[in-house]
Amino acid sequence: MREGILLFPRPARRSPPALRLRVVGMGALALLIFQAACKREERGFRVQPPSASAAEGSRMTDFQPGPRTPESPVKNEYEDNAYALSEGKRLFQEYNCSGCHFNGGGGIGPALMDDEWLYGDKPENIFETIVEGRPNGMPSFRGKVPDYQVWQLVAYVRSLSGQVGSNAAPGRSDHMQTSSPEQSRPRESPKLSGKPR
Amino acid sequence: MKRHKETQSRYRVTGCCCAALMFFQDLSGAHSSVEPATPQAGRIANLWWVMFYVSVAVLALVTAALIYAVFRRRSAREQTAPVDLSPNTNRERKATRAAAVALAVTIAILFVLLGLSFTTGRAVSFLSNESPLEIKAVGHRWWWEFQYVDPVPSRGFITANELRLPQGRQIVLTLTSNDVIHSFWAPNLMGKKDLIPGQESRLIFRPEKQGVFRGQCAEFCGFQHAQMGFLVLVESDGDFSDWYNHESQQAVQPSNDSEKRGRQVFLSSTCVMCHTIGGTPANSNIGPPLTHLASRTSIAAATLTNSRENLAKWVTDSQKIKPGNRMPPNVLGPENLDDLLNYLTSLK
Ligand code: HEC
Ligand code: HEC
Ligand SMILES: [Cu+2]
Repeated sequence: MREGILLFPRPARRSPPALRLRVVGMGALALLIFQAACKREERGFRVQPPSASAAEGSRMTDFQPGPRTPESPVKNEYEDNAYALSEGKRLFQEYNCSGCHFNGGGGIGPALMDDEWLYGDKPENIFETIVEGRPNGMPSFRGKVPDYQVWQLVAYVRSLSGQVGSNAAPGRSDHMQTSSPEQSRPRESPKLSGKPR
Repeated sequence: MKRHKETQSRYRVTGCCCAALMFFQDLSGAHSSVEPATPQAGRIANLWWVMFYVSVAVLALVTAALIYAVFRRRSAREQTAPVDLSPNTNRERKATRAAAVALAVTIAILFVLLGLSFTTGRAVSFLSNESPLEIKAVGHRWWWEFQYVDPVPSRGFITANELRLPQGRQIVLTLTSNDVIHSFWAPNLMGKKDLIPGQESRLIFRPEKQGVFRGQCAEFCGFQHAQMGFLVLVESDGDFSDWYNHESQQAVQPSNDSEKRGRQVFLSSTCVMCHTIGGTPANSNIGPPLTHLASRTSIAAATLTNSRENLAKWVTDSQKIKPGNRMPPNVLGPENLDDLLNYLTSLK
């Protein structure tokens, strides 16, 4: 028979072996969880991007004299890197690409989220487009944007038409969302159209 | 055994005293909420001291009760006597009553403090009738933009990381952010307030003490949150208007060939994409405006003093100083760098 509130109750005893088993189990589980957390994407701030010369000599057409020379494609590691892609997205606004290309939908400049490319969809083509400029109104950013940032922009431009993995492509915008996030864009199959818009 | 216990407790006492001393030492200075430079911060400081003394009193009482309980252990007779397990004893009732009283006192204290915070909060958000000086603060990762709004638009200007204020004038600071949430915290002037993207909030205060105070971002905002500081310089009216008139001018023209080349380097390289220098084509807001860079005392959000060496280190590889910050490293030849530094240090 107990009355009132007990301020000094006796602690219930739990059998030690069961307790020990539980502690060990929890520890093992925690270790497993930490293990999963180990795989984290690297954020390089002093980066070694693909060099600018990788993009040099990229061809605009398959049409060539003599036997076909195979092209060695340029691998842009930033396409697998969520941080680099989000930096590309930020720079696309900050360097005012959006002023002409309107979030990739096209305006003064052509749309970048569709399957049509005037100057090629390969990373090296886009690199050249940004650095050299293109005759019908695309300014040249040579010397004004460091190479690694150009490669970040290249990766981001390709994410606009779903060319990069959805696990790395941006999933949200800092400002109002204007279209479906890059992450959930369908993968377009790029073709050279040669005709503006 | 006894000797050992004594030395141990002596260590403990000395340790506590040291901790207390360190605590009080930290309270004084340019980044302190108990050395107010505005009446508003004064009210907050008073509240702070009330809370401090109340907490000290509570801590002392609780500690005293604990020590009493430890020393008043059961007598030898009590320890050997058979334990009485019937719950509703006199002792149980007394203890229940004591705990209830302690709980009631705790709640009462908390309510009094809540009331005091509330009245202080109301008092410091009060705007008086005189016309205020309006300044807009915009948070960027990881620097502060300060826009001085002038009734004559051409006289308004933007500066960075240094907030200059005239003594004795009411200030209305409008806060917003360019990217993520930051928080404006200059404890000598006022309590902290968040900078929220897409929304404006206000801080109102009147600096009454001249001096240099330090502020800091107080809401985690990324890699360089800890290096997102700023300075507040409260000056006499005369000094302030001299500075104000100077800031509303365009940048000075280069006075020699080296500075001219430096400007050319600036305009023809990456810098022009991110910075503004008034009176030149450089007109971008991604990084801090550099129009009057040389009249600021610090660079990189109060991280480094503004000297030629520090500028050189910053311009060539800022990623070493603030890893992850948004200014890229720059490869410039030694001559170009020299000219560029001559130009930057001439921007009084
Ligand atoms: C002043 C307006 C303007 C700005 C700013 C601008 N572009 Fe362009 N861009 C254009 C125009 C116009 C074209 C089409 C050029 C042509 O047809 O010769 C173009 C073409 C391109 C293309 C080639 C598209 C294709 O189909 O091959 C890419 C890629 C591109 N821009 C990316 C960018 C990026 C990235 C930026 C920012 C760093 C940028 N642009 C900034 C106007 C602009
Ligand atoms: C991609 C944009 C970008 C480029 C390009 C750039 N900066 Fe910066 N700069 C910034 C940002 C952002 C900051 C603020 C960094 C911080 O404090 O976190 C900054 C800070 C500075 C500062 C310190 C200003 C202060 O008051 O704190 C100086 C000086 C400076 N930059 C000079 C230059 C020069 C010279 C160049 C060209 C060689 C250059 N910047 C290129 C973005 C840029
Ligand atoms: Cu912060």
